[in-house]
Amino acid sequence: MKIRSNDYFKLKILLLVFLTLALFFASFIIGRYTITMKTVIDIILAQFFDIPQYWDTTLNTVILQVRLPRIMLAIMIGGALSVAGASYQTLFKNPMVSPDILGVSAGAGFGAALAMINNSTWWEIQVVAFIFGIIAVTAAYLIAHMFGDSTITVLILAGIVVSSLFQALISIVKTLADTENELPSITFWLMGSLGKGTMNDVYMMLPTLIISLGMIYFFRNQINTLAVGEDEAITMGVNVPLVKMVVVVSSTLMTVAAVSICGIIGWVGLIVPHIARMITGANYSKIVVTSFLIGGAFLLIIDDIIRGVEGVELPLGVLTALVGTPVFVFLLSRVKKGWT
Amino acid sequence: MLTVEKLSFYYDPDRMILKNISFSLETQDILCLLGPNGTGKTTLLRCLLALNKMKSGRIEIDGYDLTKANIKKRAEMMAYVPQATVMAFPYEAREIVLMGRVTHLASGGRATKEDWKQVDEAMEKLGIRHMSRALFNEMSGGERQMILIARALVQQAKILVMDEPTANLDYSNQVKMLQVIKDLAEQGYSILMTSHFPDHAFLACNRAVLMRDGYIMSQGLPEDIVNTENLTKLYGTPVCVTEAKLNYQDRTIKVCVPVMN
Repeated sequence: MKIRSNDYFKLKILLLVFLTLALFFASFIIGRYTITMKTVIDIILAQFFDIPQYWDTTLNTVILQVRLPRIMLAIMIGGALSVAGASYQTLFKNPMVSPDILGVSAGAGFGAALAMINNSTWWEIQVVAFIFGIIAVTAAYLIAHMFGDSTITVLILAGIVVSSLFQALISIVKTLADTENELPSITFWLMGSLGKGTMNDVYMMLPTLIISLGMIYFFRNQINTLAVGEDEAITMGVNVPLVKMVVVVSSTLMTVAAVSICGIIGWVGLIVPHIARMITGANYSKIVVTSFLIGGAFLLIIDDIIRGVEGVELPLGVLTALVGTPVFVFLLSRVKKGWT
Repeated sequence: MLTVEKLSFYYDPDRMILKNISFSLETQDILCLLGPNGTGKTTLLRCLLALNKMKSGRIEIDGYDLTKANIKKRAEMMAYVPQATVMAFPYEAREIVLMGRVTHLASGGRATKEDWKQVDEAMEKLGIRHMSRALFNEMSGGERQMILIARALVQQAKILVMDEPTANLDYSNQVKMLQVIKDLAEQGYSILMTSHFPDHAFLACNRAVLMRDGYIMSQGLPEDIVNTENLTKLYGTPVCVTEAKLNYQDRTIKVCVPVMN
């Protein structure tokens, strides 16, 4: 009997949860300070229980204020981008769609660049990036509504238009930036990094992530029917305008929250949903869960590689592309039968 | 059961797409909508399904005004069987069928054993249960069409609206499809279908509606209205309705043949 990708869903999810948890703990021992697994677990447990401290106090800072937020952000951001990608792919009935299809990354990138040439603080940069990300998607949505009955193709075209506009604006800001400090920091931001992540970022992102994921999970069966097309979904009794709105709003919020913390990270939102489909089948109701876990684990592994390489901080967005492209080619060879 | 009265539709008031369409569909009826391409058959179906908003007229089901119904309520009364296409992602056949249960699921909840039981029963009824785990995209056109009918059945609406259920099928699959449609009508469903084969009106349907340029040219029993004169006028090309004698069964059936000069 052939084992199909749809079988043993609960078992697979359980295994993925264990994998992610194992990666979570293992990731603490990577970095310049050498720490044993036991110390890591004791430091974390010491937050909740009374454990006598036998380690150097600096390790508390390293584990709890440097590595913990970075690891948590990697999982949250990887998961968020992947769920957003899976949702857009289902909504647009297109396997080549990624979370920034409606211009969210370009918008946020422009916001961040604008803030950087105005000597803003890290916190202000995040807020401005967040706001411009939302503005970009809203603009794409409004343009799509102005022309035609906001069909899917028009929406994608509007996204491309808005993306190009903000890319052009980013280039203008870059030429205006001073080449000593501002231009390098803009360029670096656009390549993505988790290096500046703090616990504050975790606390900022968590509510957005929980609300967005909650909405998407609640409507997962309705979103699933969009895979056969909006018209057919309507005849099955689905409130398509509402469900479409849920997908766009939740995906945008998750993506913009991620991008404003870590800069632009490509490929994760595009390939992880395909890996998820390979493991638990095409059904959206299932891959919404699978994508989050795989996306979290995927980005965590990549960030671990970055932290493991001594001497230089490789840009995260570059490494995801470096790892993502061969994975994508592998996927193409595996699932070509499923795609048309 | 289903009554349509003076339904009109247009994108541009100077160019009416549907003009004063009135007909009715009773329980166990199989109504065949015939007409040339671009005459508004699909638009009429889309108006019934609320995919296009009709400009004037009434649609009632058992006296219930359908314009007042929300999308969910309408889906409980009327299910749509579109022409089969391929999907962007490799869904299993049974997952497509399960989609028909979407409004019956608890909010935010998942499919229960009962939902899956209905999926299995619907597929059993159509003789496609053995394909439930096959990939939808790898199935033949006829098989995909059956899957979409199963999806409409689990929706539990009593009226089935089918857009050219026999299009792109070979003879054997056409007959199979018509047999399924007849069986469903006997089980209490009412079926409204469009077709490009006037023969099918004789084979399976008990009512025919001839549509041309957005209005109804003629409607009634297929034996009465599907004739040489009407079809020639309907399609704007000579069509001959004649009788074929089946020697081995000793009975005659009506057939429609287009004539070329």
